[in-house]
Amino acid sequence: MSRLRVEGLRFHRCGPLDLVIEAGECVALSGPSGSGKTLLLRALADLDLHEGRVWLNGTECAATPAPDWRRRVGLLSAESRWWHDTVGEHFDGAAPEGLERLGFKPEVLAWSVARLSSGERQRLALLRLLANRPEALLLDEPTANLDGEATARVEALVADTRKRTGAALLWVTHDPAQARRVAGRSLRLERGRLVGDDA
Amino acid sequence: MTIVPLSPGDLLLAATLVLAVAGLSWRLRLGVTAAMLVAALRTTAQLLLIGVVLRVLFAHASLGWVAVMALVMLLAAGREVRARQRRRFLGGWSFGLGTLSMFVSSFAVAILALVTMVGVEPWWEPRYAIPLLGMLLGNTMTGIALGLDRLTQSAWERREVVEARLVLGATRSEAIADARRDAIRSGMIPIVNAMAAAGIVSLPGMMTGQILAGSPPLTAVQYQILIMFLIAGGTGLGTIAAVTLGARRLFDERHRLRLDRLAGAAALS
Repeated sequence: MSRLRVEGLRFHRCGPLDLVIEAGECVALSGPSGSGKTLLLRALADLDLHEGRVWLNGTECAATPAPDWRRRVGLLSAESRWWHDTVGEHFDGAAPEGLERLGFKPEVLAWSVARLSSGERQRLALLRLLANRPEALLLDEPTANLDGEATARVEALVADTRKRTGAALLWVTHDPAQARRVAGRSLRLERGRLVGDDA
Repeated sequence: MTIVPLSPGDLLLAATLVLAVAGLSWRLRLGVTAAMLVAALRTTAQLLLIGVVLRVLFAHASLGWVAVMALVMLLAAGREVRARQRRRFLGGWSFGLGTLSMFVSSFAVAILALVTMVGVEPWWEPRYAIPLLGMLLGNTMTGIALGLDRLTQSAWERREVVEARLVLGATRSEAIADARRDAIRSGMIPIVNAMAAAGIVSLPGMMTGQILAGSPPLTAVQYQILIMFLIAGGTGLGTIAAVTLGARRLFDERHRLRLDRLAGAAALS
């Protein structure tokens, strides 16, 4: 049984796209900027109008209440947004799993969001998303603001999560080396079509 | 006690004040000279017209004509609400939301007051119904216009936060909750402030008018208190209704933020 299945997906000027990501599989997605990678992720999370059908474990998106769907198909945007003053308020006060693996001490929960660096925000946004225990993960350049060490920590945490939960994973990256490290196969979004990336 | 009637000469004398300010603003290049003069002319023409209309209406009182008058006032207020939106809802929604909310709140409160509190016979007696409805509509209109403007503006400015909440599984209602609350509050602040300042900082216009017309001050005050409470009720209900409906309209049934339903949002899609 496939975890994430996409059929005839059309959005903006892209598609129709077909895609299957097996349970526990990670697919890397690249493509020139403006090719629609972010819009593809947004369509999969049902954030924008689109045509076509998407299933998660055989349950169709259209048949699932939208908030439930987005909890199950977790999207990590390239830019994270925060609305409370402190970090902890975004986690209901409880320390999320993986905090230390990403290099944080529990005190980070008391920090003001305003003093976080963009890299810290990006890592904390990943933890905030994982706290929902999504069954599919859509990651939009999750390590774009990170140095080598932090990138390795994020990659390891995501890989462990994928193995442990069997989540299907779509990972947008511009770095071919990262694509080879994290994903079993690579796709490119070009002129509105998904093509295999053998580079 | 008799009312001292004003002659056209008295009004002309008052008009010299407007002319003086217009002259000053021209000299200081404030850029409001023309607007000021046009507004002064409009107020003269519109008020004279309504004076004539009211005279006819009072002379030939009938429920039908009062209803027509009320409808015209409602539509004019709806147009005004729409005009005050920087990012208005597309289609008929901008006009419809405001007009419907004003209709529900102002009309309900006016009828409630006429039937139960004022208790005049018949309840639609134009001498009471029209001024009461006018004051209610005028204030409700301000509250609704402020509330809707604040709602759409903050949804626009904070769209990324709203969507970040949706992504984490928030419902459309949860995702917009803070903007909705701020919008309702900003619509209700003017009447709260007016009630707080009434009698100390300001003598409200209706009460002043009644006193000038010879009413005993305590009667005028009682009417003013009644009006204040009615306005507070009408504005509160109207603003809550308009902002709640507006917040709902910002999303579709799949809980997607639909800023493309606002004017000037085409570039986003």
